[in-house]
Amino acid sequence: MKRITAITGAALLAVGVAACSGGGGATASGTDPAGQPAQTAAAGFQEQHKGGTLRLLAKAGDGTLDPHINYSNGNWQVFQALYDGLVSFRKVGGKASYDIVPDLAAEMPQVSADGKTYTFKLREGVAFATGDPVTVDDVVASFRRIFRVSGPTSGTFYSGIVGAAECVKKPAGCTLDKGVVADAAANTVTINLVAADSEFLQKLALPHAVVLPKGTPDKDQGTTPIPGTGPYKVESYNPNKLMKLVRNPHFKEWSRDAQPQGYPDEIDYSYGLTPEAAVTAVQNGQADWIFDPLPADRLTEIGTSYAQQAHVNPLAAFWYIPVNVNLAPFDKPEAREALQWAFDKNALVKMFGGANVAQPACTILPPAFPGHADFCDFPQQDLAKAKELVQKSGTAGQEVSVVVADDEVSKQIGEYVRSALTQIGYQAKLKVISTNIHFTYIQNTKNKVQLSVSQWYADYPAASNFINVLLSCASFREGSDASINISGFCDKDVDAKIAEAMKLDQSDTAASGKLWGELDRELMKQGPIVPLFNPKQIDFVSKNVGNYQFHAQFHALLDQMWVK
Amino acid sequence: MTAAASTAAPQPAAEPARPSAGPWRRALGRLRRNRSAMIAAVGLLLIVLACVLAPLYANTIAHTDPFTSNASGTAIVNGARVPVLAQSTEGLGLGVTPIGPTWDPGGYFLGADSQGRDVMARLLYGGRNSLLIGLSSAVLCCALATVLGVLAGYFGGWIDAVLSRFFDVIWAFPVYLLAICLSVVLLTSGLHLGPIHIDAGSLALPVVIIALIYVPYVARPLRGQVMALRNKEFLHAAVGLGASDLRIMRREVLPNVLPTVVVFLPLMTALNMLTESALSFLSVGVQSPDASWGTIINDGLALLYTRPAITIAAGLCVGLTAVALNVLGDGVRDALDPNARLRGGV
Repeated sequence: MKRITAITGAALLAVGVAACSGGGGATASGTDPAGQPAQTAAAGFQEQHKGGTLRLLAKAGDGTLDPHINYSNGNWQVFQALYDGLVSFRKVGGKASYDIVPDLAAEMPQVSADGKTYTFKLREGVAFATGDPVTVDDVVASFRRIFRVSGPTSGTFYSGIVGAAECVKKPAGCTLDKGVVADAAANTVTINLVAADSEFLQKLALPHAVVLPKGTPDKDQGTTPIPGTGPYKVESYNPNKLMKLVRNPHFKEWSRDAQPQGYPDEIDYSYGLTPEAAVTAVQNGQADWIFDPLPADRLTEIGTSYAQQAHVNPLAAFWYIPVNVNLAPFDKPEAREALQWAFDKNALVKMFGGANVAQPACTILPPAFPGHADFCDFPQQDLAKAKELVQKSGTAGQEVSVVVADDEVSKQIGEYVRSALTQIGYQAKLKVISTNIHFTYIQNTKNKVQLSVSQWYADYPAASNFINVLLSCASFREGSDASINISGFCDKDVDAKIAEAMKLDQSDTAASGKLWGELDRELMKQGPIVPLFNPKQIDFVSKNVGNYQFHAQFHALLDQMWVK
Repeated sequence: MTAAASTAAPQPAAEPARPSAGPWRRALGRLRRNRSAMIAAVGLLLIVLACVLAPLYANTIAHTDPFTSNASGTAIVNGARVPVLAQSTEGLGLGVTPIGPTWDPGGYFLGADSQGRDVMARLLYGGRNSLLIGLSSAVLCCALATVLGVLAGYFGGWIDAVLSRFFDVIWAFPVYLLAICLSVVLLTSGLHLGPIHIDAGSLALPVVIIALIYVPYVARPLRGQVMALRNKEFLHAAVGLGASDLRIMRREVLPNVLPTVVVFLPLMTALNMLTESALSFLSVGVQSPDASWGTIINDGLALLYTRPAITIAAGLCVGLTAVALNVLGDGVRDALDPNARLRGGV
């Protein structure tokens, strides 16, 4: 999955449900250029830095402005300054950014003993950018709208709400009258689930569940801004040219944890420059930040001459090779094990930009992610062993195609994989296809993809978001473009353990973490996935920018940067 | 009897006529006296020779496999062993830079690419494919165009109408757009047309695609030339003698259009090579593990800032070869076309 649409794939997941209440206490460590721990708590607002215009650059706009529909990293990052849900991830840099805090809800919800009912008391005094107050009716209407616009995660993240199944089938007639219930007198909203869901609050903290005015049309609003409750509003948007954010005159900071007021008076997000030109613009002080990944041949220059302006942070993500376990030659366990030994992950890291831009991955769950176990059963490349296993599997000499997207990094990695496969005894070919279709192409079993190169970025901090999504039987749909279990791996025993781990997530996070780690190890042995490396995010800002904070979920907090 | 023989212009005083020399031999003589064409031919020959000897360079001089990644490899430069892909150690330590040109034929003469492969070796191997595709597609294109152009021009009527509309349809598309569309489609599953089966990654695929898109560009002038020949007396004479259409086309028409085809051949080779480079640069031409100058330019694009030698070297190869082919083509035209010779004499 490509970087910009990295989180798109989760639309396809079939997330199981387990026990009740809050989210997992995820951790992720960020470091600033000097290697110091990233900021972990919100400092008070510094009035002297308020004002000015923050100038952002991206090669292209990132689609619709409708937060219930847009599913891209780029706009999700912008939405943080525009919209609020009942709860949100704490808007600070560092480890604490995975914490769930009340946002439009006055406090964390009351959860029933069976974990099926969440009651939120709505915060008072919050208004939309139009000046209209936020009411419980807006909340109910917003949940209905998630289904009425057939939001990309309506059938997955929010499918556990009572009545959601009918809403998915008939979006236009969606009422959720038993699923989301408002009590205007008590100013509360109660959400009823068909089963307990340990990740429900995290799902509510995503932009797809933000609260919009109840009169918002039930169709994609495209380039028309929808009024929100955040500190900024969209004044204009041309996806080929510019998105201009100005201050929301009706915003009053109600929770610095959930929605702090921003520093710049105006945020201009310009589109059209290539990353090369954008880097030069930031170097020259003509822009303040770049959305796109930095060009590989500028990294050294940035890391040396502009070290103070570069911020490197680990991501809850990995690049990996989905191995089709249902097609020859990788239907043989020995052939899959051969793959685990075949690749020099340090070489792959070099192709991605070096040891400070990525780290070799030994596990499915990224380091410092819930459930991550620190093991490395295939620590380094062993071509002799891989060749031996290929011979043992009786698959030597077979033809293998590696399908990669046509972006530069994917092509480089694909070429390396092809080369290594040839070395261990296969007739390997590289198949480069358009990035636009790559992700759906490799999912569909009809295309008979043996190996591919893909990426996965966590939607929210939960081990299930990797293991359950990528490798459960429910995520495998033959003949569908939406089969995120690209490997086609389906093991009933593994599924049972996944269900058990998800159940434990709520009641005993230590036990569930241990179980996820064991699952990770077992899956590495079975080899439906070859983890390659865990990438890092490099943000390059102008020398004018201060107060850079990296949010583990939504990356740089744009409106918290100051330029004055 | 042929028009080439019957319409030969009188020989100038400076070039005494040699009765035994045929039109082809005279043309060769004129070509040999064309200094620019000869320099181009020698240059082209050297390029071809270097590319043909690519395995020799890779195996015995540079001792490298240009198709295997060597990202973790090392090389000896100025007596010191250095990583082929060097991790930056200054500042934040971001980025990796491939080894630059060593100017040592023993290894990494032009440096390494992002995979740690020897650029010089790849350049020579890539040249083999670029030249092969350029020449093969030019031959195929000219052969198809000759057949279609002669048929359309000789028979006229509905055959001409159908073939001309076919040319129009192809001509209606911008060349590169058509080539990219065909490549994108065929690269997914290969070409399977009746008895013709070409794998998706095969070099034959760009050959066929490039040949097809340029057929009208060669066939149309040939058609016009054949139509003009139809009114020539020697053709009427052949008809009067009862020669069949096939015989007339083979014995009377074809020899007269052949010089034009020969002139087209180097020019189309240059054009097709450029087209191949463009398609490969856009990743819809030659596919990995094969290389061509276009794919090498593409490889170098990501390193343009730090290692421009990769792109420059491959670009120079394409440019010099295209110039050489064009100059040679002009020379061939001047040698074969009496009108061109007259122009030169004015």
